[in-house]
Amino acid sequence: MYEIVKKEHLADNIFLMDIKAPWVARACLPGQFVIAKIDEEGERIPLTICDYDRNAGTVTIVVQTIGASTERMDTLEEKDSLQDFVGPLGKPSELCLEENLEDTRTKNIVFIAGGLGTAPVYPQVKWLHEHVIMGSRTKDLLFYIDEMKSVAKAVYVTTDDGSFGFHGMGTDQLQALYDEGKSFDRCVAIGPMIMMKFVCLLTKKLSLDTIVSMNPIMVDGTGMCGACRLIVDGKVKFACVDGPEFDGHKVDFDLAMARMAQYKTAEGRKKLEFEEGDTHHGGCGVCEGGKE
Amino acid sequence: MDMLKRVPISEQDPKVRAANFDEVCLGYTEDEAVAEASRCLNCKNPKCVGGCPVSINIPAFIEQVKDRNFKRAYEIISESSALPAVCGRVCPQETQCEGVCIRGIKGEAVAIGKLERFVADWARKNGIRPKSDTPKNGHKAAVIGSGPAGLTCAGDLARMGYDVTIFEALHKTGGVLVYGIPEFRLPKDEVVAAEVENVKGLGVKIETNVIIGKSITIDELLNEEGFEAVFIGSGAGLPRFMGIPGEQANGVFSANEFLTRNNLMKSFKDYDTPIARGKKVVVVGGGNVAMDAARTALRLGAEVHVVYRRSEAELPARAEEVHHAKEEGVIFDLLENPVEILTDDKGWVSGIRIIKMELGEPDESGRRSPIEIPGSEYEIECDTVIMSLGTSPNPLISSTTEGLETNKRGCIIAKEENGETSKTGVYAGGDAVTGAATVILAMGAGKQAAAGIDDYFKNRSMA
Ligand SMILES: Cc1cc2nc3c(=O)[nH]c(=O)nc-3n(C[C@H](O)[C@H](O)[C@H](O)COP(=O)(O)OP(=O)(O)OC[C@H]3O[C@@H](n4cnc5c(N)ncnc54)[C@H](O)[C@@H]3O)c2cc1C
Ligand SMILES: Cc1cc2nc3c(=O)[nH]c(=O)nc-3n(C[C@H](O)[C@H](O)[C@H](O)COP(=O)(O)OP(=O)(O)OC[C@H]3O[C@@H](n4cnc5c(N)ncnc54)[C@H](O)[C@@H]3O)c2cc1C
Ligand code: SF4
Ligand code: SF4
Ligand code: FES
Repeated sequence: MYEIVKKEHLADNIFLMDIKAPWVARACLPGQFVIAKIDEEGERIPLTICDYDRNAGTVTIVVQTIGASTERMDTLEEKDSLQDFVGPLGKPSELCLEENLEDTRTKNIVFIAGGLGTAPVYPQVKWLHEHVIMGSRTKDLLFYIDEMKSVAKAVYVTTDDGSFGFHGMGTDQLQALYDEGKSFDRCVAIGPMIMMKFVCLLTKKLSLDTIVSMNPIMVDGTGMCGACRLIVDGKVKFACVDGPEFDGHKVDFDLAMARMAQYKTAEGRKKLEFEEGDTHHGGCGVCEGGKE
Repeated sequence: MDMLKRVPISEQDPKVRAANFDEVCLGYTEDEAVAEASRCLNCKNPKCVGGCPVSINIPAFIEQVKDRNFKRAYEIISESSALPAVCGRVCPQETQCEGVCIRGIKGEAVAIGKLERFVADWARKNGIRPKSDTPKNGHKAAVIGSGPAGLTCAGDLARMGYDVTIFEALHKTGGVLVYGIPEFRLPKDEVVAAEVENVKGLGVKIETNVIIGKSITIDELLNEEGFEAVFIGSGAGLPRFMGIPGEQANGVFSANEFLTRNNLMKSFKDYDTPIARGKKVVVVGGGNVAMDAARTALRLGAEVHVVYRRSEAELPARAEEVHHAKEEGVIFDLLENPVEILTDDKGWVSGIRIIKMELGEPDESGRRSPIEIPGSEYEIECDTVIMSLGTSPNPLISSTTEGLETNKRGCIIAKEENGETSKTGVYAGGDAVTGAATVILAMGAGKQAAAGIDDYFKNRSMA
């Protein structure tokens, strides 16, 4: 059992948990993820590692409630436990690898965090202290601004509806920075797939190398089921073992977004639709929605 | 009683079982088992033993069944096998022990597997468990993976006095026995969990949710955690795809995904993990895995077609599984191969284009190789495609372990006789070494490696 040693609500539908998981905390690095399972009947939920404390043996996750499993997770409180918590899974972010750090530190990097993407961006910025664009639909969904400011070189906050910070999307902010004469050597974009897709379209034009973190549907997270497969540079890749981070200019986003629709519940699909545009069509036979 | 004929075993009626996940085969009663046991000739030169990869003393245990000494029968089996309730159910007996049974020369072979299963089930129901009274020798060994190879190796090492910890990546123990083979062939709680408990009862510790190569590496186990030897039984879980157009469409699954959702995550009960319940499902492949996927899809309510590129004689699945699948209503489209998966405008599977095949000359494997018949393509409608084309070992361990050699198929190189790898103190066996094979071969390899590890310690303490 894995104890929840801390729980906190960060924003609308977003909560943070510190989980006691010494096996994960001892080895994890930025960019990796865990799989959590609430109890016997729960599903295996992949979640990015947002922070960790090797001495305390704890790992921080930040979760957005979007459907049955994440909502059920939100009913748990401090001192409750998760039945299973495995990791670290996936490859660490290349930028944060010890052997690349020297080189990375000479680079001028911009992170673009969309919505919940703030969570996985945070540990990387903590290592690298770079520029961060934090985008969100609206003010109520923003979280971690102060934490981010305390570790980043510069933080630019944007909201789609203009309720806070720059009025526009992360891509607009990036373009604005370039228009001001700034430029970067590397971009790391983490957030909804639709956002990553549009960031990549822009950064291709700007000739800015871009890393994205993919979150396809997963089951085992160990390379055993193929549910998480993506096409990257024309080849099949398993996000859980080959990723989750990939060269954004090589990812087939349209396919990845279509695949996301497979196991969505009607409700989850609605939220995803809201976030990512019309990439879900039903007919998976699970929710009775869609096709028929 | 006709000594040439087997005592028939009761099974759930095909029509009933096609709609449930309960075990198909109901097993022998005591009287039936005794009657079947009396058919064994107690051969001086029992061929059956040579056909069993772990050399169970078959005539000896069957003799005890005949005399109703079921407990003694269990002890005899336990000397050679750690998982008799499993092997009795899933071994390809017709090509192993029973395939060479002397009784089978004239008439039907003795139902060795069914008797083994009977004995193991009887022991479980009567609370008889293997035990070990060997004193602990103070040496620590780690076992990676809790499939048949790992469980057997761990059990044997514990019996020899070693302090053994199994590390398992998933949240449940059993490997393919829990995530792959369905409930209706191998009940999870009743049979698999009980066999795992037996191994624990020998003193083996099990740490689930630890993924070697990620949570900790083999080098760290050896250099920092005080383990003196490691056995790798990590299986061959990486699924293969065909590389045909449309394969990434929604509704195309690997058999592993489909089976894992159903068996490990129990989506057929009301657990949280969803599964696609297709209306018309095409399963591509002809092995045990394909049969399991097909019969699972059928139970979830679909019309199911198995598409296999050779003929019935070449189907690699166990004869019993093919027979059961047909009884239940799975349709076999043989000598056919998919060339493209068709999709609708939203990216979901809408059908499959298939080409007919004929058999040519035998290839290296001795099987006649299938050749496409030009112009024979046709399309069928379907909403789900399950790819069951085989699996290979996951590179996670080999890529994170210094000095561990693999062959070009990604299999760990290990000596057959003792599991020794290219790295000192590291042993391996089962599907991780051979590629996808069978439960009993994995168990055999686990056994050999346990002996190999024991030799390693003995030689080391002498040096
Ligand atoms: C590598 C990775 C890292 C992730 N990191 C985070 C994180 O840090 N914080 C966070 O809140 N979420 C994260 N997610 C997404 C999170 O796993 C899903 O939101 C969650 O599984 C949804 O489950 P649900 O039952 O609440 O939603 P429902 O909509 O009811 O889900 C139905 C089904 O769809 C699948 N699913 C739905 N949305 C997603 C999704 N976005 N990604 C993958 N599968 C999905 C689930 O497997 C589930 O079976 C990550 C996903 C991946 C793959
Ligand atoms: C659907 C299906 C049906 C089958 N039917 C039959 C049958 O009827 N008869 C038969 O004899 N055989 C059958 N087989 C084959 C048989 O199940 C396998 O050959 C056998 O299970 C191999 O045993 P193993 O111990 O080598 O590996 P596995 O059973 O694969 O176990 C390996 C274990 O290691 C774990 N693992 C992997 N990597 C790591 C890591 N890095 N760290 C920690 N743990 C790790 C895995 O999670 C898994 O639990 C079937 C296989 C499948 C998939
Ligand atoms: S373990 Fe398998 S091969 Fe050996 S006797 Fe039992 S059923 Fe036959
Ligand atoms: S070969 Fe057949 S008949 Fe002979 S001992 Fe073995 S099981 Fe009995
Ligand atoms: S989640 Fe199963 S292979 Fe990646």
